[in-house]
Amino acid sequence: MTTETAENQALIEETVRDFAERYIRPNIREWDEAQFFPTEIMHQMGELGLMGILVPVEYGGSGLGYREYVAALIEVSKVDPSIGLSLAAHNSLCTNHILMFGNEDQKQRYLPKLASGQWIGAWGLTEPNTGSDAGNMQTVAVRDGDHWTLNGSKNFITHGKSGNVTVVIARTGEPGDKHGATAFVIEQGTPGFTSGRKEDKLGMRASETAELIFQDCVIPDTQRLGEVGEGFIQSLKILDGGRISIAALSVGTAVGAYEAARDYAKERKQFGQSISRFQGIAFKLADMYTDIQASKMLTFDAADTKDRGEKVSLQSSVAKYHASETAVRVSNEAVQVFGGYGFTKDYPVEKFYRDSKLCTIGEGTSEIQKLVISREILRG
Amino acid sequence: MKILVCITSVPDTTAKISFTQDNTQFNKTGVQFIIGPYDDYALARAVELKEQHGGSLTVLNVGTSDSDPQIRKALAIGADDAIRIDTEPTDSYFVAAQIAEIAQKNSYDLILMGRESIDFNSGVVHGLVGEMLGIPSYSPVMKLEITDGKAEFAREIDGGKEFLEADLPLVLGCQEPIAEWKIPNMRGIMTARSKPLNVVPATPMDDLTVLKKYTLPAPKGECKMIAAEDAEQLIALLRTEAKVL
Ligand SMILES: Cc1cc2nc3c(=O)[nH]c(=O)nc-3n(C[C@H](O)[C@H](O)[C@H](O)COP(=O)(O)OP(=O)(O)OC[C@H]3O[C@@H](n4cnc5c(N)ncnc54)[C@H](O)[C@@H]3O)c2cc1C
Repeated sequence: MTTETAENQALIEETVRDFAERYIRPNIREWDEAQFFPTEIMHQMGELGLMGILVPVEYGGSGLGYREYVAALIEVSKVDPSIGLSLAAHNSLCTNHILMFGNEDQKQRYLPKLASGQWIGAWGLTEPNTGSDAGNMQTVAVRDGDHWTLNGSKNFITHGKSGNVTVVIARTGEPGDKHGATAFVIEQGTPGFTSGRKEDKLGMRASETAELIFQDCVIPDTQRLGEVGEGFIQSLKILDGGRISIAALSVGTAVGAYEAARDYAKERKQFGQSISRFQGIAFKLADMYTDIQASKMLTFDAADTKDRGEKVSLQSSVAKYHASETAVRVSNEAVQVFGGYGFTKDYPVEKFYRDSKLCTIGEGTSEIQKLVISREILRG
Repeated sequence: MKILVCITSVPDTTAKISFTQDNTQFNKTGVQFIIGPYDDYALARAVELKEQHGGSLTVLNVGTSDSDPQIRKALAIGADDAIRIDTEPTDSYFVAAQIAEIAQKNSYDLILMGRESIDFNSGVVHGLVGEMLGIPSYSPVMKLEITDGKAEFAREIDGGKEFLEADLPLVLGCQEPIAEWKIPNMRGIMTARSKPLNVVPATPMDDLTVLKKYTLPAPKGECKMIAAEDAEQLIALLRTEAKVL
């Protein structure tokens, strides 16, 4: 890494940290309890340039790489993982799908609005009956001349209600056929396209997760992203990058929990001394720190690989798998370090504990990551 | 309008302070440095004034290359260019003389800085710079408008505010709520790289003061709780134990 890259990264981190401390931290508990999705914060992050980090400057983005994207996501997630999740879904799923597979007209139409945070983006692949097995999706798109008619539903979609624009993958061929799906970009308010129930969740409660419903939703062929039949393959490519962002989200979550536990361990006294003097606690902190360092390195390695334009499936799955399991383990131990206080809402660790669990599920469960990793290492 | 904003590079407000070499050196190990919080207000207002009135905004720091990250941040926030006078800042007089030297050459309309740094907190550099340049200086300024080449501003005084008007050029020491701190955006951070950061040598001069030793404030004593109705005991303790009455 050059000094220039390092200095930029340090300034980006400082900037995002300042923003998160000032505008996110004071509201964490209220948003979490009310399951309030703060669209205003998304707009503000747009002004900072965080809603189009990877988008080139000519489309109104910040024109940065995955390294800077990861650095920013870690800082947001350290303070509130649910905002980190929303930022990740907006940037690497919706916006990036349009950036990578949209035509010039679609890019001109959507990227400036998404990158400035004027619009919030959603991305719908998962369905009630097809999660890990997304290739078998049941939502269908049927072509009639210049138009497509969509029917079906998607669930667990981040920004399913508030998304001004949604990228949807629908079946246009046989179920299970890798070339049997096509991606479309659909605007909020398109007739036949509505959102359904918003999920009441264990964690990540300030990030909106909802259902999308398509009932004879007719859209022109100009809303199609890329070639017919390529939607599923596109999605896998999007998820390759997306997993780097969930790895970053996981690292941030773990760091947030670890730092709270470390500081508390130094302050809390039992048996006449700070609990950090007990090896049982000190070793926990050493394990947390070590796991976090490893996760961070894997995540930045995946980011650098992606920035060099190389294939990243293996590295991104390894980083996502390791970092997400670390986030769960570290936030679990952080609650333990806090004892009874960790179980209350007066301290931050119970929220990290709840939020962290999404990391081993979203954008491919840990089991699916192991499937990807084992396939890659056993190939040939 | 030509604006100069002088910034300090100071330890973060949460930094743990310690000293080395027999308490004669500040221990920088592990300490995060930031733009002086009061300077940050001055910079924020300067960016707004430049947006309103056009002109140029230069940021200046007296310091070594250790201050470069803070200078880059100021450029990212909105300064057009930067000058770093390459020397270890010693005392207020030295710093003021270095600033005045540059200001003399460039004739700025407005020289803004924080009311004080947050490391040594002397709060005299603005006054000294004004004196050296032979132009008025005011501090602490908490509100500032420029109309038709005139500055209208408010200054905090004992028990109230003073509203003033003065012709430019001026030197002002600033504090909140003159503007809200600005957070740079990503594009600002990237363009900051291509903005000029001119490093100039310091004007040689003798130090007027010598730093002998640092000491830390006494650690916080234990907290004694006294019942609200027991004012007499409180007074007695303030007299005999705290010895402040
Ligand atoms: C908060 C949140 C936000 C989300 N946001 C989005 C979004 O924006 N867009 C979107 O499209 N999706 C989104 N998702 C969906 C998410 O990607 C899926 O939940 C995830 O892929 C798992 O699918 P599933 O829930 O159907 O679980 P299932 O696939 O039913 O898995 C159940 C269990 O079976 C295991 N399993 C499944 N297949 C295998 C196998 N072959 N081998 C071994 N084990 C297996 C899984 O690992 C898991 O433990 C979101 C989910 C959540 C909770």
